[in-house]
Amino acid sequence: MRDDYVRYIERTREYYIAEGYKTPYKWAHFEDVPFTALKKPLAQCRVGLVTTSDIALKTESGEHESHDPAALAGNVYSIPFDTPPERLYSRNEHYDRYATTLDDVNAYCPVVRLRELAAQGRIGSVAARFHGVYTSYSQRVTMERDAPEVLRRCREDGVDVVLLTPV
Amino acid sequence: MVFGSARDIVEYAGVPRFAFTNFPLGNPCGRPFDTVMQREIVETGLRLLETAQAPTPTVVTPYVWSDDESWKRLIFTKEQPFLEGEAYEHWIKAKEKYRQMKTEGKV
Repeated sequence: MRDDYVRYIERTREYYIAEGYKTPYKWAHFEDVPFTALKKPLAQCRVGLVTTSDIALKTESGEHESHDPAALAGNVYSIPFDTPPERLYSRNEHYDRYATTLDDVNAYCPVVRLRELAAQGRIGSVAARFHGVYTSYSQRVTMERDAPEVLRRCREDGVDVVLLTPV
Repeated sequence: MVFGSARDIVEYAGVPRFAFTNFPLGNPCGRPFDTVMQREIVETGLRLLETAQAPTPTVVTPYVWSDDESWKRLIFTKEQPFLEGEAYEHWIKAKEKYRQMKTEGKV
């Protein structure tokens, strides 16, 4: 059925049990969901973007270019929002490589789409940089170190709203 | 505002706003190189930002990946191992690093 969606929690539990891993992964779960209503029109908002899709940079000749080490704290890194999209790619290995590709960065990290929206006035502006978070298997590290760092950078950017793309 | 393709994982976590696109993992913001679709999906998120006054039920975008739905059946199966080769080695190393950090009380 077209509306049916994959139950990844159950599917991965069965998959990894079959692979010999006895302990099912404990997925993050929060009873209380924080919420803040938008305080001003989007046309006046600065919009940020945070992704887990392991965005990397390549030089004009296509070689991998290392992130500025000063911009890496824990698992959090940042890339200027106006980086030409052809210089961006993903090193993410955790996607359905049989069914699709990561060849178009906008399919998982819509930097160009947001820049277009800012140019059209649909949103006020984009932040000076977008942020990425490398995978951590420790929810404690995510909660206590990486998420606060993302928040700190977003506040530094002066964003009003943030789009999140977990991949 | 979360854009995702793993509906059950995101819903179980609990997020204030979620636009779900029923696509293979990796493309939560639309089909690669489909600019129109990507713009529509982002716009769906922007409208949710503008209208929601409380944590809202998942908004499901209307897109269908393909007539062939076998990707839904095959992801995470023996038939299509999720990781292989170098990707699998990287994952094993990451797990070992996590185990080490756990032993050291760092997680």
